[in-house]
Amino acid sequence: MAAGNNLAVEMKGITKRFPGVIANDKVDFELEKGEIHALLGENGAGKTTLMNCLYGFLNADEGEIFINNKKVEVTDPNVAISHGIGMVHQHFMLVPPFTVTENIVLGKEPTKNNMIDYKTANQNVRDISKQYGLNVEPTAKVQDISVGMQQRVEILKALYRGADILILDEPTAVLTPQEVKELVKIMESLTDEGKSIIFITHKLKEVKSIADRVTVIRSGKLIDTVKTDTVTTNDLANMMVGREVILEVEKKEANPGEVVLEVEDLYAKNERDLMALNGTSFSVRRGEILGIAGVDGNGQTELTEVLSGLRKKEKGTIKFKGREITKPQTKRLFEEGISHIPEDRQKRGLIMEFKLYENLILGRHDRKPYASGINLNNKKIKEEARRLIEDFDIRTPSETVQAKSLSGGNQQKLIIAREFDRKPDLLIAAQPTRGIDVGAIEYIHNSLITQRDNNKAILLISLELDEILSLSDRVAVIYEGKIVDILDIGDATEEKLGLMMAGAESEEEPEGGGQVG
Amino acid sequence: MVDKDISEKKAKYLQEQHLVDFIVPIISIIAGLIVGAIFMLIIGAEPIKAYIVLWNSSFGSLRGFGEMLVNTVPLIFTGLAVAFGFKIGLFNIGGDGQFLVSYLAAAYIGYMFQLPMYIHLPFALIAGMIAGGIWGGIAGYLKAKLGIHEVITTIMFNYIALYLVGYLAGGPLKAEGLLPATPKIFDTAKLPRFVPTMRIHYGIFLALAVAVLIYYILWKTTFGYEVRATGQNPDAAQFGGINVARNMVLAMFISGALAGLAGTTQALGLEYRAYQPFGFVGYGFTGIAVALVGKGHPGGVVLGALLFGVLSRGAMMMQSMVGVPKEVIEIIQAIIIMFIASEYIFKYLARKWRERKGGVADAS
Repeated sequence: MAAGNNLAVEMKGITKRFPGVIANDKVDFELEKGEIHALLGENGAGKTTLMNCLYGFLNADEGEIFINNKKVEVTDPNVAISHGIGMVHQHFMLVPPFTVTENIVLGKEPTKNNMIDYKTANQNVRDISKQYGLNVEPTAKVQDISVGMQQRVEILKALYRGADILILDEPTAVLTPQEVKELVKIMESLTDEGKSIIFITHKLKEVKSIADRVTVIRSGKLIDTVKTDTVTTNDLANMMVGREVILEVEKKEANPGEVVLEVEDLYAKNERDLMALNGTSFSVRRGEILGIAGVDGNGQTELTEVLSGLRKKEKGTIKFKGREITKPQTKRLFEEGISHIPEDRQKRGLIMEFKLYENLILGRHDRKPYASGINLNNKKIKEEARRLIEDFDIRTPSETVQAKSLSGGNQQKLIIAREFDRKPDLLIAAQPTRGIDVGAIEYIHNSLITQRDNNKAILLISLELDEILSLSDRVAVIYEGKIVDILDIGDATEEKLGLMMAGAESEEEPEGGGQVG
Repeated sequence: MVDKDISEKKAKYLQEQHLVDFIVPIISIIAGLIVGAIFMLIIGAEPIKAYIVLWNSSFGSLRGFGEMLVNTVPLIFTGLAVAFGFKIGLFNIGGDGQFLVSYLAAAYIGYMFQLPMYIHLPFALIAGMIAGGIWGGIAGYLKAKLGIHEVITTIMFNYIALYLVGYLAGGPLKAEGLLPATPKIFDTAKLPRFVPTMRIHYGIFLALAVAVLIYYILWKTTFGYEVRATGQNPDAAQFGGINVARNMVLAMFISGALAGLAGTTQALGLEYRAYQPFGFVGYGFTGIAVALVGKGHPGGVVLGALLFGVLSRGAMMMQSMVGVPKEVIEIIQAIIIMFIASEYIFKYLARKWRERKGGVADAS
């Protein structure tokens, strides 16, 4: 491994400025051939900017890029592709009604007599798929396959175009624990075949378990590049955030009170008119956090939507503070004392074009002190907004900027500020830390515990098993719209929950994957 | 992370946004005038002379100024109608139909009843507004309840209005005599004029007041908040307990009522009766352009309406005084709209320019 001749990518002194911000400040980056290299940093640290410079989406203001020891001016993605770089984005760029093969060959179709030669195309896809153990069915339609499979299609797409260097942008964000394991296997088989992989992430555990080396970036500056087996996750966290981070959530013993929410035999349909909740039953008490664990797509979304009045229930009863809610309506539920952190902050949680102070009153905009009669009390609204920004440590220049100008973590804090400030009896937190950085996660976890200790009932729905395990007092596992079992946190181990999440009741074996329609 | 980077970049462009909001319309107007001048040169006319006439036709005399305002009044209303629809995310292109039903309704109240002015005039105004409001509200209802696209329904309702008003004004409600129109309205229903010899009437004040009112509704009331929230992100609005369907119907009613005020003031302030329409007057469609030029802001709409008022007034005078066909003005209008609609190109150029320049400037 002599330096200089074994590098797939070398970036030297990359500087990229946006008006008012230096996104990358003289960053050096090296990718050795055949390694898995993690690029670690908080949201907004500049890791995606760096990769966009490599892939040609952005042009660096300063610095040089060498690919396979040749200096290259990556002016646009076509240059990058022609040098064997492939990028898999966090949000897939696939055509859902097309088959896997059609998606993969799109723009580079093999032809025979001026017609697309699907036979050859399918065979090609099958061959590559086999070579790297991707196990994708070429004739399946993309809309019918799972998210994990779609990701493999994206990887295949890059490989089909001759990529030797793969950039994976937060590849695990959308995957189940089982799918993550499979992805790791795929990444390993790719590197065995001589491919090199850069993967962008902010999850520390993954860095340790997947990558050979890691480059840490903070506020646009290179902190260090190290071998992953020489550091602990705590070291990485410190490098990433620049201060000590407590990864373990500290909490006292729960002191649960009376039942606040009681759900019994709940049925609801999903978008495709199929039953997504099949007789869900559970209850949440004051002063406790009930975690709902499960693989994505087992009815979590529908459950939160029914409980917040956004989806009709087919059957079943919902009792809140002892009274049955027959027709859940969003506004009524708010007023009764239910707050809700939605799983998709950009879709449901915030109005991105609205200013912070406007977002902070959503759902109570017509109530005192924010409104008097039909008039908005803008002065009071801004005053309250400034208080919440202060109390919830939302990093923003002022309350009058648009929500979309905030980082993901701060957007989430904005929602938390609004929902906590309603002083609810029940807080439904769906994926409260999805896609945000360690600092913000720490903050949000602690706030949830504080709410619990203030005698609120909290229903936590999360796909992150770690999060469920570290926050919950009891854990309910949901599978195909039913609660498999509810365990006290003392009895809940990752293995046990994993089994139940895969649909196996204790006697069945865990194999068979977490594939659920 | 991709989102994050994009949102970061967006934040930067936002700073440019306010500047762009002003600069784009101005550049667009200048570009329109330049292209118009080129056309005039091609057909052998003198652009400078023509533009002097254009200016003088509106600002050279009090009468000209008044006539320009006469053109402007309906455009303020239809511009506000389109802008209000935009705010809740709906595209009301039924301004012409709403104009016509209101035009007839106001005239009908104007000649059917004999009442004191302080009752009669408001009665006629409100009747006109309600007629247009219902015409728009139906489209809103069909959208909210059945998901039928408002562009389809408002266009179809334009034709229903055209033939319905044509039938009524030329048939059951026609006055005695040859004129295909309703009887004249009573003086008590007329919008007063400033000077008897000029056509400009108090409708201009009404238009300005309504523009202020719309601004107030949108930014100072809870209903306006809900309208804007629904327009920006209906999912989040719904999550916030906002009744999206109800607001859509209500907003389209208001949009229709605004376009209806254009027809109402036409009947009560200018024509004093409702004529059988030959076709669409086009205020509804020009209203779209006005709303675009005005960036959907009530203040911008007033300025946009003034611009189009000046241009349409100038078109006639340029034709009669310097022989420039009035189609040239239509070309200018089209160019202005095209430039404004391609705002993205301006932003793109501004960004490129900044990036190139920013590389040095931001180093400090």
